[in-house]
Parts: sequence; C-alpha cells; structure tokens
Amino acid sequence: MWNYEKRLQFPVNIKEPNARLATVIMSQYGGPDGEMGASMRYLSQRYAMPYKEVAGLLTDIGTEELAHLEMVAAIVHQLTRNLSMEEIEAGGFAPYYTDHTLGIWPQAAGGVPFNACEFQSKGDIITDLFEDMAAEQKARSTYDNILRLITEPDVVAPIKFLREREIVHFQRFGEALRITQDKLNSRNFYAFNPGFDTSATCE
Amino acid sequence: MNNPQSEMEQLLKDISILDFTLVDFSEYLDTHPFDKQAIAYFNHYNKIRMDLTRQFSEKYYPLQTSFSSDTTEWSWGLAPLPWKSCYEKEGPAPECLPCKGGRK
Repeated sequence: MWNYEKRLQFPVNIKEPNARLATVIMSQYGGPDGEMGASMRYLSQRYAMPYKEVAGLLTDIGTEELAHLEMVAAIVHQLTRNLSMEEIEAGGFAPYYTDHTLGIWPQAAGGVPFNACEFQSKGDIITDLFEDMAAEQKARSTYDNILRLITEPDVVAPIKFLREREIVHFQRFGEALRITQDKLNSRNFYAFNPGFDTSATCE
Repeated sequence: MNNPQSEMEQLLKDISILDFTLVDFSEYLDTHPFDKQAIAYFNHYNKIRMDLTRQFSEKYYPLQTSFSSDTTEWSWGLAPLPWKSCYEKEGPAPECLPCKGGRK
C-alpha cells in the first residue's frame, strides 16, 4: 500500500528551460541505471527475501526511488516547458519531440526505451543484494557524468541530492548483505540460495 | 516573511527537511533495529513533522488526503502540482507550441 504526498522529496525550481540538458537527464528516468529501474528492482525483489529486515529495507528504499523518479520527471518537465520549435531543434530535442511532444516517457539518453531487462529479480538474496549494490554505484556514476555536463545551479542542486542518496543506499545494501551473511553457515556465503535451498541456513 | 506565499513555501521546506531526516533514519533503522538513540531521534523529529504537516494542511491544502477537512471545496484536487517550477506563474495556459516561434 502507498500514500501519496503532494510535494517533491527535494525542491525542483528551474528558471530557464534547456532542451539539451533534458535529453541527458531523462536517462535517470528511464535509462539503464535510472530511477524507474531502481524502484522496480527493489520493490520486485522483496517477495523472495527470506529476512524481514532486508525486505523492509527494500520497501523503504524502493519507495524513496519512486520519489526520485518523480523528481527526475519534474526536472525534465521544467527543462522542456514552453520550448519554441527553434529551441527544440537547436537542443537536439527533435527526435524525442516527434514521438512524445513534451510528455514524459521512460527512455535512455541515447533514445533506447525503458526495458525490464535493465534490472534483475533473481529470487536469490545474495545475487539480488550484489545487484542492488552495483545498481547504486552505476546510478551514482551516471549522476557524476550528468554533473560534468551541467553547470546551472538550479539543475545541479537536485541532481547532487539524488547522487548523495545513491551513496547512502549503497551503504544500506552493504549492511543488508552483512545481516544476510551473519545468518548463513560460514561455508555458504555464496554457494546456495538460503531462501530456496532451506538446508543452507544455520537457523 | 510577511508574504503569505513565502510563508507557505518556508513551511513546506521545513516539512521536506524533517521528512527527509525521517526517511534517512528509517532506512538506517531497517539495518540497525536496536539503535535506541536513532529511535529517539526518529520519534523526536516525527512528532514535529506530524505537527507541521497538520498545521500546513489546515492553513493551505492537505499534503495527504487523510489530512483533508474540507466541507465546500476539494482543496486536495485544487492544490498546486508539485512538479511545477515556482518560476511558472499561475494563469492562462501558455501559447501552444506551433504558435510560439513555429515556422511560418
């Protein structure tokens, strides 16, 4: 169950539209390491998690990722509001405009549509937590790349906030992995799936 | 701060800061469920957050439907959209794209 709160997690107030920035930032909406993949990854992985602390963490981080998804959409929306045809063409926005006008749609910076294969839900706690830690680093690297492409302070501030959250979530998933390994037999840190091969736990 | 618009924005900003603190504490507590000091911090800021959220909802518009106390108009539905920039003024719809600088 979810409740919606009518505000953004971190304020987004962009003064000047800029189509060029929108084309790169939209990758964090529906790109390979974007917030759509992040939220769907963690919320989908919960059901096969054998330990309630870890499933609870996936719920809370997955929920926060939905708030990040909304922030990225707000950034793209504000960067593209009231664009003229000249600005659309000069900013390299014409291919996106052709298919979506100024609507928000999940695709990567290179135009590749969002695909569920951009995340995994493997049903194995060790596999999934390593994926989650890698995902946070990949998203952090993407935000680093975006920050090298932009200088506008009103765009930089929310992007920096989102980048910092990737670092905190990497830490939390690392702790979740420690919790998981503490529950396993010392000879089974990686060998068996404790959620499926029930004899592999030490409980 | 006498401007009612900026008072509303300040209160919303305070709520956002408090809520962010609580989100961060929740995720920390998920992996440290027996940290009494963190639980005490959570409880402290959660109380302030709930008070301010109720105050905001009574004065301006409900941040969640559960805070609604309307009788004559549905202020939840009439509330500002969170993804709009404060630079975007309320008013008539902007001119349609082809009219604004489109090819002649």
